[in-house]
Amino acid sequence: MSLDKTTLERVAYLARIKIDASEINKMTSELNNIMKWIEELNEVDIKNVKPMTGVSNEYLREREDEVNDGGYSDKIVSNAPEKIDNSFTVPKVIE
Amino acid sequence: MTKISNLGVVDTLEGLNKKEFSSVEVIKEYLNLIENDSKLNAYIHFNAEKSLSSAKLSDERRSKNEALPLDGLPIAVKDIFCVNGEKTSACSKILENFIPNYESTVTSKLWKAGGIYIGKTSMDEFAMGSSNETSYFGSVVNPWSKEGDKLVPGGSSGGSASAVAAKLAPVALGTDTGGSIRQPASFCGTVGIKPTYGRCSRWGIIAFASSLDQAGPLTRSVRDSALVLENMAGFDNLDSTSVNIKVPKFTDACSKSIKGMKIGIPKEYKISGLSSEVENIWNDGIKWMEDAGAEIVEVTLPHTKYALPTYYIVAPAEASANLARYDGVKYGFRKENIQDLEDMYSSTRAEGFGEEVKRRILIGTYVLSAGYYDAYYLRAQKVRTKIVEDFNLAFNNCDAILTPTAPTGAFKIGEKNMDPITMYMNDIFTVPASLAGLPAMSIPSGLNSNGCPLGLQLIGKGFDEETLFSIGAAVENAANFQSI
Repeated sequence: MSLDKTTLERVAYLARIKIDASEINKMTSELNNIMKWIEELNEVDIKNVKPMTGVSNEYLREREDEVNDGGYSDKIVSNAPEKIDNSFTVPKVIE
Repeated sequence: MTKISNLGVVDTLEGLNKKEFSSVEVIKEYLNLIENDSKLNAYIHFNAEKSLSSAKLSDERRSKNEALPLDGLPIAVKDIFCVNGEKTSACSKILENFIPNYESTVTSKLWKAGGIYIGKTSMDEFAMGSSNETSYFGSVVNPWSKEGDKLVPGGSSGGSASAVAAKLAPVALGTDTGGSIRQPASFCGTVGIKPTYGRCSRWGIIAFASSLDQAGPLTRSVRDSALVLENMAGFDNLDSTSVNIKVPKFTDACSKSIKGMKIGIPKEYKISGLSSEVENIWNDGIKWMEDAGAEIVEVTLPHTKYALPTYYIVAPAEASANLARYDGVKYGFRKENIQDLEDMYSSTRAEGFGEEVKRRILIGTYVLSAGYYDAYYLRAQKVRTKIVEDFNLAFNNCDAILTPTAPTGAFKIGEKNMDPITMYMNDIFTVPASLAGLPAMSIPSGLNSNGCPLGLQLIGKGFDEETLFSIGAAVENAANFQSI
């Protein structure tokens, strides 16, 4: 499977990373080399093998769904690049 | 009198307890060294006022005979741990001015044990790299570099390894996703341990690949690492994969005999690209183990060669999800002069992330995308299962596995950063234990013909760091490695 320019543009859109037209060829070939190398994995017999999502076999712990924290919105927005009072602000999205 | 900065963790604490010097004196000496270092670029921030006021409190506790286990000990912190009130950026432009108002669990435990924050060390951006060259704050220099020939410290915890090796800290914290503690430890001639996945809380550590990330110490001796790890490990409700299991006294394990222990040598690690010098050190290690009364057994880990390609699907996939949060809204960098919201996201991320981080986000997004998920991500997860099974079988016949940490010693800055796959090969021996979540440690074991350190790696059974500390201490004794 090779990764072409159109696929790269689609992936870059999904990842919300703008790619300069001048970089596309270089990036496509770099990523293609990596993906080709990864295709070594096709040699492994994975019939009836269970996929592994994490190291621990234990189930994730459960907890009561209750409020145990909060009341510090000023702290939460303290690192925001732009804010008004205790709200994050973004460019206008509706007219 | 010995220079304070020549002392490791255990000896610094002993000097403090014997009142040979105060914590304020210790901190002043390190701050002076850090401030005047113009060669290494190992530290990116420090806060003299904060460190000195903590040192004063520590001295007061000691004068009242209320000293804590690590009281007065300076600890350098990789820039991936959130430290309350201190800039924490993971060495990325996208988090350049981020100041957390909370503390990671690991650092918080260390401060509660009396440890003192001495500064933030550089790293590869978001821990993605094996040479520290992807740091937004510039390359870090390996203190073993010869005049005019600057070597990398390894990565991603390169600043931590460089600082400890150069005696700019008795201990520094690192994180290890595919070798980021062990490989720089090997390159800089320090000890570094990645504990079992689940041993140290990941809470407050900037996430790279959540199923792999683990915190651990870098020090100049095995016992120093044991003492620090004892104080940073433990169950934490705030990390859903933290394991509730008692933390043993790792320092006790350092003086335990390894007589009769079985040490496995995996034949698959004798790869074609292995330098003869590294192979020689490995053979020395085998001999040292036999001399100490251990039994050497050959083991097989047949899926070793598939570990790196598996890692380069699993880690980028997880990273692409974890790094989706950096969008210029809630914290960090936001690109100016943008057209609309969509442009704000994609321009902010294009400019805020470095090349290697973008490359991995794109790979991760690709292998998780519709039509490719089964062929790449699901397949990699299944191969990961095979790698774990290899280790399970091998550990039926041995107590620990001995391998080189990296296929070479430190290389020159700029030598390998042109081709991503060449760089990825650095982690060929460290990635398998990461995928299996096993504890693994690098111990400095000798020098190559360039006079650069080479480390040996020990891989242990899950939650059996104690055996690693016992064997690690035996390797250390036999190697008699001399710090700079």
